[in-house]
Amino acid sequence: MGDFNALTANPGDYITDQTGTWTITFLTIALAVTPLRRLTGSNELVKLRRMFGLFAFFYATLHLLTWIVFVNYFDIPSMIVDIGKRPFITVGMATFVILLTLAVTSNRFSVRKLGRRWQSLHRLVYVAGILAVVHFWWLVKADITLPRRWAFAIGSLLLFRLWWANRDRLSFRS
Amino acid sequence: MLIKKAPDIRSSEITPKSVYLHRREFIQASAAALVAAGFPSLANPAEAQGGGLAKLPNVQKSPLSTSEAPSLYDHITSYNNFYEFAPGAGDGPKNNSKNFKPRPWKIKIDGLVNKPGEYDIDEFIKPYMLEERVYRMRCVEAWSFVIPWVGIPMAEVIKRVEPNAKAKFVEMTTLYDTGRFPMQRTDLLQWPYIEGLRLDEAQNPLTLLAVGIYGEVLPAQNGAPIRLVVPWKYGFKGVKSIVRIRFVENQPRNTWQIMAPQEYGFYANVNPNVDHPRWSQAREKRLPSFIPNRKTEMFNGYTEQVAHMYKDMDLRKNY
Repeated sequence: MGDFNALTANPGDYITDQTGTWTITFLTIALAVTPLRRLTGSNELVKLRRMFGLFAFFYATLHLLTWIVFVNYFDIPSMIVDIGKRPFITVGMATFVILLTLAVTSNRFSVRKLGRRWQSLHRLVYVAGILAVVHFWWLVKADITLPRRWAFAIGSLLLFRLWWANRDRLSFRS
Repeated sequence: MLIKKAPDIRSSEITPKSVYLHRREFIQASAAALVAAGFPSLANPAEAQGGGLAKLPNVQKSPLSTSEAPSLYDHITSYNNFYEFAPGAGDGPKNNSKNFKPRPWKIKIDGLVNKPGEYDIDEFIKPYMLEERVYRMRCVEAWSFVIPWVGIPMAEVIKRVEPNAKAKFVEMTTLYDTGRFPMQRTDLLQWPYIEGLRLDEAQNPLTLLAVGIYGEVLPAQNGAPIRLVVPWKYGFKGVKSIVRIRFVENQPRNTWQIMAPQEYGFYANVNPNVDHPRWSQAREKRLPSFIPNRKTEMFNGYTEQVAHMYKDMDLRKNY
């Protein structure tokens, strides 16, 4: 990123794309922690999970800001209309609201305060992962290569969890 | 007693009224200058523009040119769409077209014309006077440039090939060659790329078959050796690297309409009042710019020359 010419003549769009990509990257990394723990039996990664989640939130915030500034240049009425009118923006905004909620309740105090409800609440991260992929898929013009890759990555991680959760039941049956 | 007291504010410190009245533009311009200082790609050096490609001879200036300042050669040639080379807008087309050879090149005229034929590209261009046309170029993705094209008026070509009375549309096709256009090996779009115009649109004085920019032959990424330019329509109508011009009776199905008919139509006239389903077309980024910096004009500012062709049409339906 040292080469500013890499930003192209349309740097706003470039930065918007990049911050979106980093959001979905950290979301995927955060979602990979539990499957990796199951597979390796190591608990080391779990210590980093919150940080991965907060990184995802950090980039989602930047991504939202790029949308506000570079795409809309603070045209608030137009942004409000777009959130209601354009499905990929609706879905993107929903993803942000989920990540915001999770970030705000990511501290120890909230974990203690919410008790068991904390875990239910934080399961919303799966929804955020799926919505992030849908958001990406719906915004591309023709080339679905990248959204398809993310769908595969996040889909595999979610399938692993499903399989793991039902593993005992499945093995009893066989 | 004469009290000589300087006024609190010396007249030299008062902001001139013209600057005051345009303070927003002033702030924007200052911000732009600041940004440009940090980002070489946004700077505006006062040097001769071009890419060191072959110069085109005897280019005449045209009264149809806009007086707006042309965008930098470097920007025009390193930020665009050309799906045959790379998906999406950016410098992919430039980077992936370095080995593209626009010669030898044949162009075929056929369909409902009295004088069909197949020409070598240089023979094809020879009979016409080359003109420089500085046009606004508005991409459907809400960014724009001002481009000094060099080309031949399409109307002249049409006059020469004599379409017959049945011809109502012109269909133009990009070269299909997976060796030269790597993305044609994928199913990214339906290949080859096809675009079309109504005959009267093709005959409009603004419609240009471009063979160059900034007085030089077109670089590969911008559609070498010959491409269509219709400045009142979104950029995707400007089919690149044309090998065939066919005169037909029925409205051709253009590539983007085939790919996403609810988003891209046949006409694709620039229209700030008709949104793309996924984004507004009311404003645009005149590149280079971080932010939308101008309102999009009806027919991209060419209303006077083209509006009469769409007099009784519902432009919301015929997007």
